[in-house]
Amino acid sequence: MAALWLARASSQLARRAARRLPARHGSGEPTSPWFLGAAPPPALGSPAVEKSRRGFCSVRRFAGESSAAAAVDEEPENGFVATSDRQAVDFPGGKVSFVAEMNFLPDSMKERINCYRVLDDDGRTISGSRFQEVSKELALKMYTEMVTLQIMDTIFYEAQRQGRISFYLTSNGEEAINIASAAALSMDDIVLPQYREPGVLLWRGFTLQEFANQCFGNKLDYGKGRQMPIHYGSNRLNYFTVSSPIATQLPHAVGAAYSLKMDKKDACAITYFGDGGTSEGDFHAALNFAAVMEAPVIFFCRNNGWAISTPTTEQFRSDGVVIRGQAYGIRGIRVDGNDALAVYSAVHAAREMAITEGRPILVEALTYRVGHHSTSDDSTKYRPVDEIEHWRTARDPISRYRKWVQGNDWWSDAEESELRSRVRKELLQAIQVAERMPKPPVTELFTDVYDKIPSNLREQEQLLRDTITKHPVDYPTDVPV
Amino acid sequence: MLGAARRQFGSGPMLGQVLRRLRPAAAAEVARGYSAAAKEMTVRDALNSALDEEMSADPSVFLMGEEVGEYQGAYKISKGLLDKYGPDRVLDTPITEAGFTGIGVGAAYHGLRPIIEFMTFNFSMQAIDHIINSAAKSNYMSAGQISVPIVFRGPNGAAAGVGAQHSQCYAAWYAHVPGLKVLTPYSSEDARGLLKAAIRDPDPVIFLENELLYGESFPVSAEVLDSSFCLPIGKAKIEREGKDVTITAFSKMVGYALQAAEILSKEGISAEVINLRSIRPLDRAAINASVRKTNRLVTVEEGFPQHGIGAEICMSVVEESFEYLDAPVERIAGADVPMPYAANLERMAVPQVDDIVRAAKRACYRAVPMAAAA
Repeated sequence: MAALWLARASSQLARRAARRLPARHGSGEPTSPWFLGAAPPPALGSPAVEKSRRGFCSVRRFAGESSAAAAVDEEPENGFVATSDRQAVDFPGGKVSFVAEMNFLPDSMKERINCYRVLDDDGRTISGSRFQEVSKELALKMYTEMVTLQIMDTIFYEAQRQGRISFYLTSNGEEAINIASAAALSMDDIVLPQYREPGVLLWRGFTLQEFANQCFGNKLDYGKGRQMPIHYGSNRLNYFTVSSPIATQLPHAVGAAYSLKMDKKDACAITYFGDGGTSEGDFHAALNFAAVMEAPVIFFCRNNGWAISTPTTEQFRSDGVVIRGQAYGIRGIRVDGNDALAVYSAVHAAREMAITEGRPILVEALTYRVGHHSTSDDSTKYRPVDEIEHWRTARDPISRYRKWVQGNDWWSDAEESELRSRVRKELLQAIQVAERMPKPPVTELFTDVYDKIPSNLREQEQLLRDTITKHPVDYPTDVPV
Repeated sequence: MLGAARRQFGSGPMLGQVLRRLRPAAAAEVARGYSAAAKEMTVRDALNSALDEEMSADPSVFLMGEEVGEYQGAYKISKGLLDKYGPDRVLDTPITEAGFTGIGVGAAYHGLRPIIEFMTFNFSMQAIDHIINSAAKSNYMSAGQISVPIVFRGPNGAAAGVGAQHSQCYAAWYAHVPGLKVLTPYSSEDARGLLKAAIRDPDPVIFLENELLYGESFPVSAEVLDSSFCLPIGKAKIEREGKDVTITAFSKMVGYALQAAEILSKEGISAEVINLRSIRPLDRAAINASVRKTNRLVTVEEGFPQHGIGAEICMSVVEESFEYLDAPVERIAGADVPMPYAANLERMAVPQVDDIVRAAKRACYRAVPMAAAA
C-alpha cells in the first residue's frame, strides 16, 4: 500500500518538481523532492574546466547536447537543472536526463546502417551521388593497379600450387579496397596492414620483383628470408611489415598515430583488418584508446563476410562493424567495398577529418572474399560454389570500375589486353629471377635479434661455420655461407 | 690451485680448519667500486630521478600506464612527472594492458621511446603477445627495419600477502625470449644506472623491479647521482667478495644473500655474492670466473624452480667450468606452488636467509654442524 502511494506520489512530485525548477533558478531557493534524497554535493568540476589536466587534450563530449552545455553555466548547488522539460543530474562523465519509464535500448536498430556507394552494378554513377572527383590520370592508375594486383594474385597462387613458393594469400574481390584506399592517402601516412592489403604497397611503388623476392625469401628480400611469403614490409614506403597475429596492428596504429600527432605531422595512420579481427581484444582496446587519445588514425575494416570458415553471422551479432564505432565515440561510415570511387571518397574524407580534427575514424567496407582464405584453405568445403562464382563475376569490383572508366572513354579493350599480357609477362619474369636468386647468407640467421649482435650469437655463428667447414657434404649447396 | 688443495682435504672436520686458516673475505661493502657514499637514496627515488632525467634529456621518451599520472604512480615511482612534463608525456591509460602495450609498441615503431609501466608484471600476461610477438621479434622479422626502443617496467615477484596472481616472478619467462633484454636492479645505484641504460637502449627491455625494495635506502655516490650515470647492460656486480662459495642472486634476493654471507662468515665460510643485475644477457663470464675461484655455486631466486634462472646458470657453469666444481650446484628457489596468501604459508613458499645459509653449507660439505671448533 505504502509502495503504491510512494510510486504515485513520486511521479506527481517529479512532475511538480520539474515545473518548479525553472522558477527555482531565479530565486535561488534550494528545494529537493523528498524521494530524490538529500541534495547531492556540488557537481564535479565540469569537463570544460578540467581540460588540459586530464587525459589527452581537449574535451569533446556530448557535442550535440547543447542543453547540457548551457546547463553548465546555470548550475545550482544541488545539481538539478532543467533541460527543456526533463530533469538532468550530474554523474561522473557528464549530465544525463532522467526518464521515468524503464526502457532497455534495443539490441539492434530497426534498419541497418546505410551503405555509401557511387557506382551502380553496371559502373554508372548513381544520380545524385556525391564523391571525390578523380582526374583521368588518377582514375587510370587506379584501374591498372587493380588489374595488376589481380594478375599478381593469380600467378603467385599458381606458383604456390606448383610448389615454387610455400604459401600465398590472395586479395581476390578486394582490389577496389586495396587500390582505392591507397590512392586516397599520402606517402607520409603510415600503413599498418593485416595481410590482405598488398595492393596498398603496390600502389606506393613496391615492384613486382620486390614482391617476388619476399615470397621466395631470397637474399634481396627486405625481410632477409625471415618471414613467410606475403609478409611484406617497407620502411621507405611507410608500410609496416605484415605480422601474423590478428589485430595486433590496431593498437600499434594508435601508437603510431599518437606519435605523428606529437610531431604535429600532416599525416595519419591507417590500419586494415577483417571482420574476424574485430573480435580480438586489441580491436576494442585500440578503438577505445584512439578515441580517448584523439589519435589521427583510420580504422579500415574489410568486412568480406568470412574469417577462414567463420561467416559473419557467427562472428558477431551487431550490425556489422560500423555500428561499434559509435559505442566508442568514434565517427564511422559503411561503404560499398567493391565500388572504387566510393572507397576512394570515403578514405579521402576520413583522412581529412582524422588529421585536421585529430580524431579516429572507422570505415567499414562491405565486400566478399572471393578467394580461399589462403593456399592452405579450400573454401568450397564450407560455402557454396555458386555463391563464390556470383561474387567473382557479377560483383567483381574491377569490371564494375572498368565499365565506368570505359564509359568516360578513358580505356579501350586493346589497352586492356596489352596491359594484362604485359603484367603477366613481367610477373613470370620476376618469379624466374627471384627463384634463381641465392638465399640470404648464414650471417643473417644471427643478425637483428638485437640492435647489436651479442657475444653468444657471434660464438654460435662461429660454431656453425666450423661445423659447415668440417661437414660440407651435409650442408645444402644452394645456400651461401 | 686452491681448488686442488681443497679436494685433497675433502669433506669433514678438516675442511673447517683449513677454511678458517684462509684469510677471511674483506668486510662486507655494499657500494663496491665507487668512492665512499655520503648520501642515501631509496630505490623509489632512484627510479623517479632516472625517469625524470631521461625524460628531460630526450623529448621522445614518454611514460604510459595505469595511474602513472594523476595518482603519481601506483607505487609513487612517477611522482611529480605529470606536473613537470604534462599529459602528453605522462599518459594515464584505460585499463587495458593489451591496449597500451600495443600502443606503446606502435609508438616505438614510429620512433618514440615509450616506457610502459605495468602495475605488476603479473598483469603483463594480458599483454604478453605484444611484448613477445610485436616487440621482441620485430627487429628480427623485419630484418632491422622496425626497431622497438621500448622499456616495460614495473614490480615483479612476491610482495607481501598479495596472493598468487600478484606474486609471480617473470624473470625466467622473459629471459627465455631472444630479442628481449631483461634487467633486475637491486640497489638504488642499480635502479638508476640500469633504468637509464634501458631507456637509452634501442632494443626492447624488460625492467623487473621489486615492490618491497622501493622503500629501501642505499648509499649512492656522487657519480651515481650524476645525470649521465649509466650502468652497462649484461654485467653483473660482485656485491661481496669471497673465496669459498659463489652465491648468485638478483633483485630482493641479493639482500638475503648478503645477509646469508654475513652469517656464513661467522662460521668461517667466505661467500662471494654476485648481484646478477642482468638476466638476459646473463653475465656468464663473471659467474664462471667466480665459480672457477670458489669451486662451489649456490643460485638463489624467488621464482618457481622449474626452468628458472638457476637452471640456466647451472647449465652455463657445467658447460664452461665443469672441472672446477667441487660440489653439485645448489639451487634455491620459491616453492613449486602458486603463492599462498596466509602469512605463514607465504613465508614458507619464498626463500629465506637460512635456506641460503644451509645451501651454502651443503655446497661446502658443512651441512652437519661441527663437533668442536678448533
